[in-house]
Amino acid sequence: MTSDTRLLPHSRNGWLMLTAGAVALAIAPQFLPLYYVELGTSALIAAMLALSMQVLVGATGLVSLGHGAFYGLAAYTVYLVSPESAAQPMWLTLPLAMAVAGLAAFLVGLLSIRTSGFFFLMVTLAFGQMIFFIFHDTKLGGGTDGAYLGKPLISAFGATFDLPRRQRPLGIYYVALIQLMLMYAGLALLLKTLFGRALEGIKVNEHRMRAIGYDTYTIKLIAFTLAGSLAGAAGHMWALHRGFVNPEIVGWHQSAEALLMILLGGLGSLHGPILGALALTGLGEATQVLTEVSKAPYVPEKIAALLRLLGERKLLVEGLVILAVVIMLPRGLAGIGSKRLDKSGGGHA
Amino acid sequence: MSLPSFLAQSLNGLQYGLLLFLISSGLTLIFGVLGVINLAHGSLYMVGAYVAFVVARATGSLWLALPVAVLSGIVLGSLLERFLFRFFYKREHLDQVLLTFALILLFEEGRSLSVGNDFYSVPIPQALNFSIPIVEGFSYAAYRFVVIGVCLALAAALFLWIERSKMGAIIRAAAEKPEMVDALGIDPRRVHLTVFAVGTALALTAGALNAPLSSVYPNMGDNLLIISFVVVVIGGLGSVTGAFWSALLIGMIDTMGKAYAPAVAGLAIYVLMAGVLLWRPSGLFGQRA
Repeated sequence: MTSDTRLLPHSRNGWLMLTAGAVALAIAPQFLPLYYVELGTSALIAAMLALSMQVLVGATGLVSLGHGAFYGLAAYTVYLVSPESAAQPMWLTLPLAMAVAGLAAFLVGLLSIRTSGFFFLMVTLAFGQMIFFIFHDTKLGGGTDGAYLGKPLISAFGATFDLPRRQRPLGIYYVALIQLMLMYAGLALLLKTLFGRALEGIKVNEHRMRAIGYDTYTIKLIAFTLAGSLAGAAGHMWALHRGFVNPEIVGWHQSAEALLMILLGGLGSLHGPILGALALTGLGEATQVLTEVSKAPYVPEKIAALLRLLGERKLLVEGLVILAVVIMLPRGLAGIGSKRLDKSGGGHA
Repeated sequence: MSLPSFLAQSLNGLQYGLLLFLISSGLTLIFGVLGVINLAHGSLYMVGAYVAFVVARATGSLWLALPVAVLSGIVLGSLLERFLFRFFYKREHLDQVLLTFALILLFEEGRSLSVGNDFYSVPIPQALNFSIPIVEGFSYAAYRFVVIGVCLALAAALFLWIERSKMGAIIRAAAEKPEMVDALGIDPRRVHLTVFAVGTALALTAGALNAPLSSVYPNMGDNLLIISFVVVVIGGLGSVTGAFWSALLIGMIDTMGKAYAPAVAGLAIYVLMAGVLLWRPSGLFGQRA
């Protein structure tokens, strides 16, 4: 029994690869056209949301379908304080968005933490949908059509970084990347603390944790609130990136997608959700590559036709890849190349 | 609120509730007996609607659509169970979520490849294309009565099958104590195959029945999937009787809400579900654990 958490890399090589990935993400935009930089920002935001959800799913064993609601709620908070006509600085909007999302998560958690398993999933879905319908059915946030907002100004310590228009997407990319890295680092440190160990204990066997004296209700509530406010950071980043809110970002689909990224990337590691988010976003683009390949002169006509078909069918490729992952890689993408046997036995089979 | 409009909304609510029952009874059986969270259940409803559309377009009438939908449901359900789901009973719930999510995407693409992404209406059969006068100044579409009738007949058949037949008794036993069913030497594979095929056929039938009322369009099963889960949870997991009453309740609340209180209609059923789950987690009709 080592004192290290399961969710972090287990060897120096693992940490090296993680660092290499972070460096690659940091230098990639310098060589990519703006379109891919913006796509990259979307992927990083999805990664932030998925990573915040991993606090619940991977670390504590709580599967929530209301998580996306906190993300959307944060984006709407930005809309309410930073309207299109008067953009506010980020040092104001970010803490506020995180606080509102965290408060909502605290209130939802207060009621729903008592349930577990499938029931927890459905209660959180119910509360998430309530938040969704508040924005969908009332005029509070522009109704079903959504609304434009003033993108928060990137500023800190009194200085505002106002980039020339053409470079703004690059600046936003780095803001997202820095937040994602901070979130990962913060969570990695947290998981090594006694609190983090307690979360994992709850995931493996909650009854035993309670029996040895842990107040598992409070611990889970803290985790739920923390995850909600981190989802708020991701939602704030979405508003900063897109400058637009609509009810869709609050709906349960958002949670399902984040869950999908976690499952695709791997439940058993903190970096899995990031891998899953990047892979899922990249997959949509990769289909276009197939179309390009089909145009090459030496490709037989039948294969070219198949490639063209797949190139046009993004969801088909996505579906087939997910199917292949769930059948062949029970531990997700992060499990590739890892020889360590899974002794955690997370959940019952 | 006038009497005719209230009557119309009540009948609409009843019809919607019965339709929800066809979808959620399959969902609750599959969850209760097989332990599978089938997110693709809404897609099966969509498949049924498109089967009706394709049959109606090819033959020019809707009469054949219902039997074709039932048959294709049984075949599709059996194939899915035999070649896919069977290997996932022992896997974690989250793997099933991933699997069935992939199936949603594949069903949608299959639909898009074979029929396209356009919105199609499905004509009501000529013989039923009239309204029945109920009270002064109010008449109700005959086809909606037919849907209500067919749903009630199917519900009755389902109850009879589950309460009176030997297979039904095994299914009830399997939903409650699967270990006992194994211990008695009953081959669980046949039970699983039957339940999955029946559940699938019910979803396809619902889609086919409702196609003339809802028209057919991409992602049409999406919204119904979540509502059906709400029905299943309120009714109690695995309980067909529970699914029946809770489907009627949800159908009524949703329809009445949309007609008379649109600002809170969407909210209402989720408030109800959260309330039920917190007050009585095993559902209104489920047995207390």
